[in-house]
Amino acid sequence: MKIVKDFRNRYVKSQTRRHFLRQCSTGLGAMALGSIFACRNDKEHLLHPTGTVEGISHYPGKAKRVIYLHMAGSPSQLELFDYKPTLNDLHGKPCPDSLLEGRNFAFISGTPEMLGHQGQFKQYGESGAWVSHYLPHFSSVVDDVCFLKAMHTDEFNHAPAQLFLYSGSPRLGRPSMGSWITYGLGSEAQDLPGFVVLVSGGLTPSAGKSVWGSGFLPSVYQGVQCRSEGDPVLFINNPDGISRDIRRKTIDAINHLNKKEYEEVGDPEILTRIAQYEMAFKMQMSVPEVMDINREPQYIHNLYGTEPGKASFANNCLLARRLAEQGVRFIQLFHWGWDSHGASKDEALNGGFVDRCQEVDKAMTALLTDLKQRGMLDETLVVWGGEFGRTPMRENRLGVDPELIGRDHHTDAFTIWMAGGGVKEGMTFGETDEIGYAGVKDKVHVHDLQATILHTLGLDHEKLTYQFQGRDFRLTDVHGKVVKPIIA
Amino acid sequence: MRTYSMIGVCGVFMFALIVFWGCGPQSDGISYSEEIKPLLNQKCLRCHGGIRQQGGFSLLFEEEAFAPTESGKAAIIRGNANSSELIRRVKESDPEVRMPQEGEALTMAEIELLEKWINQGARWDEHWSYRELKKPDLPPETEWTTHPIDHFIYAILKDNFLEPSGRAKPHVLVRRLGLDLIGLPTPQAWAENYLKEPTSDNYEKLVDSLLASPHFGERWAAVWLDLARYADSQGYEKDQFRSIWKYRDWVISAFNKDMSFDQFTVEQLAGDMLPDPTKDQLIATAFHRNTMTNTEGGTEDEEYRSAAIIDRVNTTFEVWQGTTMSCVQCHSHPYDPFSHKEYYQILDFFNQSQDADLDSEFPFDYVHMDTTISDLDEIAKWIQEKRELPGDEALDRHTIRELVFPRLFADLSDGFNDILIRNNGGFSTWSYNANNLKNKQFYLLFEDIDITGLTQIGVKYSSNGDDALLEVRLDDKDGRILCSQPLSNTKGIKGSRYRYFDLDSTATGANNLLFQFVNTTNKLPDGMVAVEELELVYNGERLPEAIRQKQDQILDLYRSGIMIPVMRERPMALKRNTHIYDRGNYQTKGEPVDAGLPGILNRDGSSNAHTRLDLARWLVSDRNSLTPRVIVNRFWEQIFGYGIVRTLEDFGTQGITPTHPKLLEYLAWQFSRDWNWSVKRLLKEIVLSETYQQSSATSREKLESDPNNYLLSRGPRIRLSAEQIRDQALAVSGLLNTKIGGPSVMPPQPSGIWQVVYNNATWEEAYGDDRYRRGIYTFWRRTTPYPSMVAFDSPSREVCVSRRIRTNTPIQALVTLNDPAYLEIAEHLGRWISDQEGTLNDQFSAALRHLFYHEPNPDEVAVLLDLYESSQQPQVQLISAADKADLQSPYTVVANAILNLDVFLTKS
Repeated sequence: MKIVKDFRNRYVKSQTRRHFLRQCSTGLGAMALGSIFACRNDKEHLLHPTGTVEGISHYPGKAKRVIYLHMAGSPSQLELFDYKPTLNDLHGKPCPDSLLEGRNFAFISGTPEMLGHQGQFKQYGESGAWVSHYLPHFSSVVDDVCFLKAMHTDEFNHAPAQLFLYSGSPRLGRPSMGSWITYGLGSEAQDLPGFVVLVSGGLTPSAGKSVWGSGFLPSVYQGVQCRSEGDPVLFINNPDGISRDIRRKTIDAINHLNKKEYEEVGDPEILTRIAQYEMAFKMQMSVPEVMDINREPQYIHNLYGTEPGKASFANNCLLARRLAEQGVRFIQLFHWGWDSHGASKDEALNGGFVDRCQEVDKAMTALLTDLKQRGMLDETLVVWGGEFGRTPMRENRLGVDPELIGRDHHTDAFTIWMAGGGVKEGMTFGETDEIGYAGVKDKVHVHDLQATILHTLGLDHEKLTYQFQGRDFRLTDVHGKVVKPIIA
Repeated sequence: MRTYSMIGVCGVFMFALIVFWGCGPQSDGISYSEEIKPLLNQKCLRCHGGIRQQGGFSLLFEEEAFAPTESGKAAIIRGNANSSELIRRVKESDPEVRMPQEGEALTMAEIELLEKWINQGARWDEHWSYRELKKPDLPPETEWTTHPIDHFIYAILKDNFLEPSGRAKPHVLVRRLGLDLIGLPTPQAWAENYLKEPTSDNYEKLVDSLLASPHFGERWAAVWLDLARYADSQGYEKDQFRSIWKYRDWVISAFNKDMSFDQFTVEQLAGDMLPDPTKDQLIATAFHRNTMTNTEGGTEDEEYRSAAIIDRVNTTFEVWQGTTMSCVQCHSHPYDPFSHKEYYQILDFFNQSQDADLDSEFPFDYVHMDTTISDLDEIAKWIQEKRELPGDEALDRHTIRELVFPRLFADLSDGFNDILIRNNGGFSTWSYNANNLKNKQFYLLFEDIDITGLTQIGVKYSSNGDDALLEVRLDDKDGRILCSQPLSNTKGIKGSRYRYFDLDSTATGANNLLFQFVNTTNKLPDGMVAVEELELVYNGERLPEAIRQKQDQILDLYRSGIMIPVMRERPMALKRNTHIYDRGNYQTKGEPVDAGLPGILNRDGSSNAHTRLDLARWLVSDRNSLTPRVIVNRFWEQIFGYGIVRTLEDFGTQGITPTHPKLLEYLAWQFSRDWNWSVKRLLKEIVLSETYQQSSATSREKLESDPNNYLLSRGPRIRLSAEQIRDQALAVSGLLNTKIGGPSVMPPQPSGIWQVVYNNATWEEAYGDDRYRRGIYTFWRRTTPYPSMVAFDSPSREVCVSRRIRTNTPIQALVTLNDPAYLEIAEHLGRWISDQEGTLNDQFSAALRHLFYHEPNPDEVAVLLDLYESSQQPQVQLISAADKADLQSPYTVVANAILNLDVFLTKS
């Protein structure tokens, strides 16, 4: 008796977690629970290969998709958004012990000096948001944006902090945010993966591909990296000399023989494979098409500052819009190079940082403008930020050119911004102390951010769970609170 | 169509009902473990379990469940449901008071069940997997077969109105056996022998040949390496290379020689603690050196050392005990009876090893080539003669240390703390984080040194500051100080500086010597030293230069060996104190604990374990019933696609109940007792069963009542693993390089995959034979694993993974259709086809025969012919450097298609 109950309970539980049996067509639960109730007897009911299923929200969410612009290495909030006149007054003064006592910094040692702002700040828009001179384009759209100025995290090294931000845990092995979201909602993209990753700056983020990995979720939910050079998706292009026609005929032959095999042995998995080969064939068309920004009109190139063929952040912003149009659920951009320690020219606030600002300013502004003019911003949540913040103190690493200025990693305060997707416009939420060292009002932890992003999509972060190793796991671990005041 | 699937669902419930009828409670008594515990897990333990004990009430352990709660009364009164608060609260109608407070109320049936159980005395029996292992009686013989496994399978099939399938055709079995046992197609000659005369005897002979094949070890090592989280890189940000492939080869060899699984266990978990461990036993301990090492600048080594130790606990318990310990690092287990404290008692077993997240991965051992060994021997002999040392020992670490004595090097020390040991034997007290300096104690310890006549200490060091102090102590870090001297700065001096200090030379006898480097101001770079070597000076006499030179030579040669990180215990003098980490945070230390076994697995307290070696031996002792159950289940899953317990990683109360409990007991008993932990014996038993030899063809009826074939009314039909897919394709094309072992290789991979920060390493594509090695030898980089392997569900090997979840995606199709590695294979297979005699028809028939061991249907061949005809025009451009003319061939197109057939990608 008990086992029947056990099965039924599992079944009910799974159903309430929208696991499956939505007219047997989701396939999501079928995969998740080892196909206990799989019903793949009909071609129309095959689970979508790219993790696209019709998901069920916990409640209506304004956002249908997310574009996450990650500034890998973590830009200085004190050079861009968090204006603190007192910090300028204290410039060059030794940092009080109270700020150092019992604290871990990655590189700061001894008693560092306070470092005033390197940028000139002004207020913009009706909302009066503070933005520095490093982001001249972005300052024109601040009324579309909601700033979270008292963000904080637990991790002060890049790889753990990125994992923490994207998987809820600083260690490897958990599913990433995009995987959770495609797992929960599926995707509306017909012939494209539901979770796409675009990398610029020449390097993958510190935490490697784990930040778009699916952890213990089935691998269909992992992010697919689309590349601007080489095959846009690995192996998507036919080898030189194999025409699309030959590829079609090859797949026809394979599927023909597979069908015979199915008639003989009756394994429904064969039907899935047939469908996946069809899907692969379709993706061979759709992926290169969506990745080809040459088709965009000149005014769009001017808007974004794009140059086709380069792995630039600008190109990736434009691609993000194109992917969003196709219904891709989670579009993750990484732009490397923000780790401004002052340890080398490229890693200095008066060096690489300035270049990074120029690389992103126009393009991210264009993305917001473009989404808005197409009426897509309301349903697209755009998030911008790093994995942690930077210290109000100047980093004092040994043996470094004294002309170079930098700040160390900092967990207590950083700024991110969000736009669209049902988040309030022209708002600044949260406040740091007079030198920008720590949040003093409306602090938002990384887990809260995750809960909030899920919320905008109509997902309850406490209900979006997956059982693994005997426990229900979720993106926010056992924490996280939705930041309600910023929801429109 | 939709109703069809609903029938499927009902069917599952129905078979579930029947399967478990036979293994439910023995009498009318309600079974706690089978009926009550699952209900409590689902409804109560969230608030009254290992994480929270609201109202002072917990149902995790028996003693807690009957103890007084905050109200002063116990919630459960044995034998009296009416006066039990638990019953009152679940029946309550006021939603403020009713339990569970969140979620739905219990059903009447559930409440009745609880009442009945309490009235019967609320007996608290054990979860099935913790019970003592006993040999079960065989079910009655069946008309089907005489093989014991089949009796168990048949009994449950019958209860579910299912019939077994007939035996698969011999050609199907030949292919199935090869892929299962050696991960490769069965060699043609062996196949022909069997197919000529497919008798049971010849079947068994084929099985024996496959089990004896040297490729057997490769196949099963590939499975074990997921558990061992083996990779060729360190993980985390820089993800630098790690030289640990000797461990992979050790696993292959252990499977090949059918090392008994108990020995296999002990050597991997504690080979270093065996008496006079062999080099192989040391290499085996790299099992737990597969944890990740964080070399990101500014990270705190102690944090990542703690993470690695925690990973060792979790991995050990997942692999051998099917127990999900990771929950318990923060709080008591939410569902299973493991306490937070017990977790740290287990952690203490692992907390005494020397490794400490150092960039160099110290401690390591070296494996030398034969030529190096003879050179080493020669120099050793020279030194031994000159210094009148005994000369007959193996050249291990201890001998080298003796040869270079009285010079002391950090990599030959017996223990250290907080210092960074490099692989050239030097070390430093560097830290990125000055604020943390004051918590650090930098020291190095050498055991068993005769200090009689010791008059001076030499230090070869460099420093940019002035505040370092060297203290030399006897015994341990609180021992008597023999020497305390500042190490002044060496600015302006090129390289290192040798300084000799006099010391208190009144002590005599063999002792520990501890060298402590104190940073007196806790500043950087002041107080920081980098030390190349230490030297003991006896009676004022320094070593002659000639001997020094030979010593330098032998050290260089010794350190030029293949490095492999190994486990090594800290000496007793440096034993770490293990504390409970509050909520799993290594910085908030709670109560101190000593090593100990978890109570639930050692109920009678009969097992005593104090060291890692004790723990390893206990895991494979007769007293541990989980290990054999968990391990046979792993092998079963590899053969049939699902475990008897489908949650291979969780045999706890949240795991899935076994489909064939008695069969599991039988196999576990036989494996650990009668078969002496022989893996080959276990696999032979499985593949000789009729259950295994069934045809995998299915029917609508079988699909409806058991869609996933958990009950095995048909043979296994599952997609091959990433490694099997690669290996099989290489094998049938004739490209496979069958070399066993050696450093990992880099077969073709698209450019631009590796873009790891702060690391310039590149993928150096192999040319020649190394392109065609089996998948197990592919270089495994954790942050960017080989793309085609990942597409077929291989994990990144960052943590232990018990089960690969099989997916079926278009990305997989793109890999086998378009990956240049697979195209090269297709091209070679194409050439093989074109070399066959006769018409195109004959050639394609030969190809299918070659892959599937039987004559194909003419209509199958016709499909390939069509494809050939329609791809006649020259278009295929070649990837490999080989003869271009051959490559422009429609044969390649046809081969490419064959390699993508479902039947080829699947074991059927």
